[in-house]
Amino acid sequence: MEKLRDTIRLDVLKTLKTMGYGHLGGALSIVELLAALYGSEMKFDAKNPSWEERDRLVLSKGHAGIALYATLANAGFFPKDWLDTVNVGGTNLPSHPDRLKTAGVDVTTGSLGQGTSIAAGIAYGLKMKKSSAFTYLICGDGELNEGQCWEAFQFIAHNQLDNCLVIIDENKKQLDGRTKDILNPFDIQEKMRAFGFTTQKVDGSDLSSIQKAIHELKQVKNSAIALVLDTTKGQGIPYFEELSDNHSVKFDNEENRLALEKAIEELEVRINEQTNE
Amino acid sequence: MSKLTSNREEFGKELRQVVVETLNEMIEKDPTVVALEADLGGASGFSKIAKENLINVGIAEANMVGVASGLNLTGFVPYLHTFSPFATRRAFDQLYLSGGYSDTHLNIYGSDPGFTAGVNGGTHTSYEDVALMRMIPNSVICDAADEVQLKFIVQAFKERCGVNYFRANRKAVRKVYQQDSEFELGKGVVLRTGEDVALIASGQLVSQTLDVAEKLATEGIQATVIDMFTVKPIDKELILKTAQEIGKIVTIENHSIYGGLGSSVAEFLAENGKATLKRIGVDERFGQVGTPDFLQKEYGLDMLSIYQKVKEIL
Repeated sequence: MEKLRDTIRLDVLKTLKTMGYGHLGGALSIVELLAALYGSEMKFDAKNPSWEERDRLVLSKGHAGIALYATLANAGFFPKDWLDTVNVGGTNLPSHPDRLKTAGVDVTTGSLGQGTSIAAGIAYGLKMKKSSAFTYLICGDGELNEGQCWEAFQFIAHNQLDNCLVIIDENKKQLDGRTKDILNPFDIQEKMRAFGFTTQKVDGSDLSSIQKAIHELKQVKNSAIALVLDTTKGQGIPYFEELSDNHSVKFDNEENRLALEKAIEELEVRINEQTNE
Repeated sequence: MSKLTSNREEFGKELRQVVVETLNEMIEKDPTVVALEADLGGASGFSKIAKENLINVGIAEANMVGVASGLNLTGFVPYLHTFSPFATRRAFDQLYLSGGYSDTHLNIYGSDPGFTAGVNGGTHTSYEDVALMRMIPNSVICDAADEVQLKFIVQAFKERCGVNYFRANRKAVRKVYQQDSEFELGKGVVLRTGEDVALIASGQLVSQTLDVAEKLATEGIQATVIDMFTVKPIDKELILKTAQEIGKIVTIENHSIYGGLGSSVAEFLAENGKATLKRIGVDERFGQVGTPDFLQKEYGLDMLSIYQKVKEIL
């Protein structure tokens, strides 16, 4: 799983290098989560992406699309060289996920907040069909500015959709700065609890904590469930974690470019070591 | 084949009852049909829909659209109801992205359009719902003339994937069609033929338009009357034929003259045909409070006002 985590992170960075710009911060903050989900938690068949019994993933913070693409490529949904085509005219990999273009993308997202309601509808529909398939909904903490999230959360809680895990990537920053300076989210876990969710909050950079929390929350019955991940924007690469404006990063200056190349090199070395172990 | 009813003075069933009965019949045959409501179940009658197939999301229209999209992605065919302004402008980005752009199948009932909002007033009035819905690529929009046609629309939308919108009064309206009438989405219905002027109407105003034509006939003016119940895709073939054969067209709608039936006809004619055109509808005004009868006159959409405006181009 560590190798998958590092490979996803490496592929995100390589994709950013090819693009020359991109949503680095919020993509890197969910790498551990995606590795845990696709590495062990989720039920899917990359050769049969529309398999009825698959678990669904809704990346409501659609701007982190490149992290999902790196994960799906590693899971075998499409060839890895597609990652070089992100945002190129006619691509199958647009900046924000599109279910009509990419195998493995269950829901089209990008207009923040909308994925929450769609995930709620999917989970409700799966219950109606008595399916055992599970729905994972990933939201950003900045995304919670959108009122629609709270409409959806009320719906999920009211209907006790215990087959829908709401995961909030609390990386504490949004495009214009720190969340507490733009629109203070206060205590997200407390808010989710007040909305009727059974919640946990764990270190979102720690694979085993994420896995343990998901296992435990999936045991909960007749209650909505939410996992708040304490993460860092630009997670895993100290230079980018510290970069103040790291929502979307351009690599048109020497410093950023060198930092990116160094991070790629280090990850490659680490992955090689893991392969040889 | 559609046939005019023999007694147009008679009122049919409440339209909300028609929607509910039709949905219940459909659910009986196919349990993947689901209804969604945003806390207006008492007003729409949706609370009488089979419980297992009804989802009341509370007063949260944006969420309702997203939930419906999610339900469709798991194989259900959703029908959503709320008042027409909330069904469209309140949740437009959701309809556009979670609906159209995501290619999900959503059937939306926007009730009490235009002056039929009555005493709920300006906040609850939509003279722009058709204009908004037209902007969603591949959407289908219907404005029901009466209960017979409404039943057809509700059923037809099940078979047509995409964002489908229909607007209709909740209450009973005058009958237009015989029970065994048949319709086709995208095809206007010629209700009467005459060579002096063509009156193209939609929705509840079809009935008034027939009255106007009868009044004109007493003066020796013969009007063609077309029920353009599918506002999108509009019946281009019929408009072109009408322009060529009659040359004078009046559109009549319970909607703004911008973006609705009148605009659709004007846009098509500007590029494809020649005819004198007059659009009757609401021009640069918001809604307001009053009884539907008061509002219909206030906005110039009652029989006499329509008649007078038609006379202007004769």
